[in-house]
Amino acid sequence: MTDDISAAIEAALTRIEAAQTLDAVDAVSAETMGKKGVLGGLKASLSKVDDIEERKALGRSLNEAFSSVGAAIDDRRAQLVAEERNTRVESERLDLTEAMDRATRGHLHLVTQAWQELEDVFVGLGFTVAEGPEVETDWHNFEALNMGEGHPARGEFDTLFVGHDEHERAGDSGLLLRTHTSPVQIRTMLESEPPIYIVAPGRVFRRDTPDATHMPVFHQIEGLVVDRNISMADLAGTIEAFTQAFFGEGFTSRLRPSYFPFTEPSAEFDIRRPDGSWLELGGCGMVHPEVLRAGGVDPEEWSGFAFGFGIDRMAVMRHGITDIRDMYVNDIRFIEQF
Amino acid sequence: MKVLLSWLNEFGPFADPTDSEAVAAVAADLTSLGLAVEDVIVTGSPVGGVVAAKVLRVEQHPDAAKVRRVWVDAGDGEERHVWCGASNMVAGDVVPLATLGTTMPNGMTIERRGILGIDSEGMLCSAVELGIGEDHSGILLLDGDAKLGVSYAEVLGIEPDVVFDLDVTRNRPDCWSIEGVARDLAAWRSQALANVGNGFSADGDSRTVPVAIQNPACGRFTATVMSGVRVTSSPDWIARRLEALGMRSINNVVDVSNYVMLELGQPNHAYDLATIGDGFTIRSARDGEVLKTLDDVDRACVVDDLLICDGNDVPVGLGGVMGGADSEISESTTEVVLEIAWFAPLGIMKTATRHGLRSEASARYERGVDPTLADRAVQRFAELLSLTCPDLVVHSGSADERSEGMPELERSVEVRISEVNRILGTELNVGDLPGLLDPIGFVTETAGEIAKVLLPSWRPDATSEVDVIEEVARHFGYERIGRSVPKPTGHGHLSQVQIRRRHLRDVLLGLGISEAMPNPIVAPDTMQRAGIAGDTLRILNPLVADESSLRLSLRPGLLTALAHNEHHRRNGVSLFEIGNVYPPTGDGLPSEHEVLGVVLAGRDAHAAVAVWREIAQALGVGAMIDQSNVPDGLHATRSGVLRAGRDVIGAIGEIAPEVLENFGVTERVAVLEVRIDGMLASNGGSGSYRPISRMPSSDLDLAFIMSDDVAADRLERALRQAAAPLLADVTLFDTYRGAGVPDGYRSLAWRLRLQASDRNLTDADVADVKAACEAAASKLGAELRS
Repeated sequence: MTDDISAAIEAALTRIEAAQTLDAVDAVSAETMGKKGVLGGLKASLSKVDDIEERKALGRSLNEAFSSVGAAIDDRRAQLVAEERNTRVESERLDLTEAMDRATRGHLHLVTQAWQELEDVFVGLGFTVAEGPEVETDWHNFEALNMGEGHPARGEFDTLFVGHDEHERAGDSGLLLRTHTSPVQIRTMLESEPPIYIVAPGRVFRRDTPDATHMPVFHQIEGLVVDRNISMADLAGTIEAFTQAFFGEGFTSRLRPSYFPFTEPSAEFDIRRPDGSWLELGGCGMVHPEVLRAGGVDPEEWSGFAFGFGIDRMAVMRHGITDIRDMYVNDIRFIEQF
Repeated sequence: MKVLLSWLNEFGPFADPTDSEAVAAVAADLTSLGLAVEDVIVTGSPVGGVVAAKVLRVEQHPDAAKVRRVWVDAGDGEERHVWCGASNMVAGDVVPLATLGTTMPNGMTIERRGILGIDSEGMLCSAVELGIGEDHSGILLLDGDAKLGVSYAEVLGIEPDVVFDLDVTRNRPDCWSIEGVARDLAAWRSQALANVGNGFSADGDSRTVPVAIQNPACGRFTATVMSGVRVTSSPDWIARRLEALGMRSINNVVDVSNYVMLELGQPNHAYDLATIGDGFTIRSARDGEVLKTLDDVDRACVVDDLLICDGNDVPVGLGGVMGGADSEISESTTEVVLEIAWFAPLGIMKTATRHGLRSEASARYERGVDPTLADRAVQRFAELLSLTCPDLVVHSGSADERSEGMPELERSVEVRISEVNRILGTELNVGDLPGLLDPIGFVTETAGEIAKVLLPSWRPDATSEVDVIEEVARHFGYERIGRSVPKPTGHGHLSQVQIRRRHLRDVLLGLGISEAMPNPIVAPDTMQRAGIAGDTLRILNPLVADESSLRLSLRPGLLTALAHNEHHRRNGVSLFEIGNVYPPTGDGLPSEHEVLGVVLAGRDAHAAVAVWREIAQALGVGAMIDQSNVPDGLHATRSGVLRAGRDVIGAIGEIAPEVLENFGVTERVAVLEVRIDGMLASNGGSGSYRPISRMPSSDLDLAFIMSDDVAADRLERALRQAAAPLLADVTLFDTYRGAGVPDGYRSLAWRLRLQASDRNLTDADVADVKAACEAAASKLGAELRS
């Protein structure tokens, strides 16, 4: 019987090695180790051996036979699986540059990109973001900002007046398209108590012929701080902090005297680029006492500063856009670039 | 506003015009003072190599009628010849010769270029070619006695100079004069300011032209008679200064008038005394009254215009704006009456605007002229006129009428040093104020912690404490103010609405839709072309008629963008906009609100629904599609309104074919337009966690035949209800119309994924769900398809 076992192992191993498919391996497995297989048959005939010691020895031999054949089958099976996988992988070869699929993501408008980035910088400096309507009252846009009726500075705003009927006279309804985001200052002061730390980004309108650097509809961001003992040093420091946060290290800022009816002292603020050149960015100043009063804030108790500048220009400068009008044609060939 | 450095230097001196570093320092100082220097123009730099040369003889070119050969002597004894196209010189004239190698202002270099084999040894120059005038009719003729070989500039007395073009802000009327700019600059540099205009007394016999002010918009009117006038040309230096600042030299009287205005900021007008009669009246115009102004335009006036009239009540000037043509100085004038007046700024501004006539005078009056300047201006006028009129007599007895419109002259304000430091963040003492303020005429008396500041007559803008604080800041120096960062008590953050708006944008971008930003101002018929009814707000003063209505919908802008892209062969474009619409409320502010618009070119209504579902899921909001109401301008059978409860919040589907035609779009366009202010303000985004089942799931496919009259989502909702709580998901995976399904019906195939949270599903569970679904569907008239 020992010889039978040896022969069965040898026969099985030879067949396993020769097997070229998983099915063939399975067949060897069944025909060798199954109940009706060669080893299975020998195992069944074990009970016929009377001598206990011999039976034990044969049993051990049989177990070893099962395990060595079983291991060979597992190995061969794994080998065949791997070969089959390799064949499949080989047959799946792709030239990745034969690209016909296009993934499409949407693109954010450049103004929105600049807008959100500016919001983020000011949020980082401790500000919240306020909003207001685009159609405004004369009072919010001018009068409350220390530009009463007939104030000469009004003329510089190139206001678009709004009415319900084209035959109305400009200004009669008291409605207009806001010429700046500053009315949000007034709305914020009227709606909340100091301390106030807000920025107000938004769309503004001027009666201005579009050209490469001007649009009649554009965007500004306005800042307002009202707190106890807010000084011009705080204004200068905040502008400087913004400059470095938004433009980066190596950029600095300066204030120089200017005039706006709603701030006093007023200033223009310029950004100094690392190459030493200056960029005029926007206007700022200490909130005029009359403006604080219009907002219901006592100028003896509180003081504040405000600043504002264009958002569109930030986008234009960042991307080297030579004609601002291109941003508003909504040409997908432009939009997709960013 | 332009100022000339040499002129400023008469009050200074401030810088040598040839010293570019010193010039740059002046520019920097002016900018630091708030007089932003927009341009620095160097003038009078002579063109090197151009010298005075005497014409020896002129020969006609034998073949070219217009070309002459000119022999000249440039003082070195050498006889040179040049070719010349001009013919205005004869032998003996002295002319500018650009010698070989000279580079002209236009960049051309003079070379030995010949005609017909004969070289030209230089070029004779016109005033234009030298950049010193506008006359290009011939060669510039120099003084015949000039020394030959010296620079033409030396012959002409042209000196290098610098023009600063300043952006003078509205609060600085004083800087509409050389003196005002010099005053600020001298104070900044701690220099003394020279005194001008106190050198000529009125010692002629008394001659008075009476003045009557009938309208207080004229606060002051002085009239001074001068005789011994001889109208001639001005000295070169006066003419050149005027020209450098953009004014033409006319004659000595007009030039002096302009000179005084530029120098002191006081507009003034010299009338020919012979045309005035016996006095001036300053009164309101009568409606329709016509005055021919100096620029030879007939101006029809209205009652708000102020006229200066002569003794016969004939208008001779539009007050503060421009004199009349008929009383103009002429060559025969020998006696003048000089008007120096003060007018209220607002009226001048309105008159100048009404007549579209912004003169140098009106520009100054509408900002505010120093009401005390008259006496000095008269003296300066006489002093300068006497240079060309040695017999000039200034008669005493000049009229000086004032009305109740004359501004208050004694004005003062109290300034607290504590307030100065609170606003500026400085640590100044009250004793520091006089040093900063006195040099600019804000005369300061200190008492304790308070300074009483007299406000100068040339700063009508300054009326309150904070106005003086601004002056302190300017002359202390903005750059010297420290920098601190205030510490907000709250923390910086975006609001819920702002965070959700950004999330909405992210969702749209993820869906492959790009952001557009069309103009919210549209043409009056745009809404109608988009099929949208309703009145719009109107722009009452539009720049172009096509941009005069405020939009009610984002669709027109987005459709215009699609048409543009289609025109450039970009089909299938997907765009969104988040922006405001402005429906009128009848009175007052419109019901302005924020809207999302989405257009998907080349896609059908289902694509719009898919976008809406994604947005609704992302923002945790819901709305029903109601196809029984078709929104204006949308496709009649492929659209509906979005309904949240009873409110219609939007429109969804496809753009109506006729609207597509109106906008020139040929592709089908899926559209979603929904009001988002409420959606963003709601708190729907933060849904709570639903545990994921670990149990196996089972799919149940059910196809129902249902009438086309019933919306599929009603069946979906019925199935959801019937299959709950074992339902994990339900999707519509097939629709079918055709053989086997009656007309007017369709088959809708749904896949229900069933799953229990705590156990394996049994066949009985699945059978129960199927039975419940069948029952629910039958209530909608839907039958299970076998």
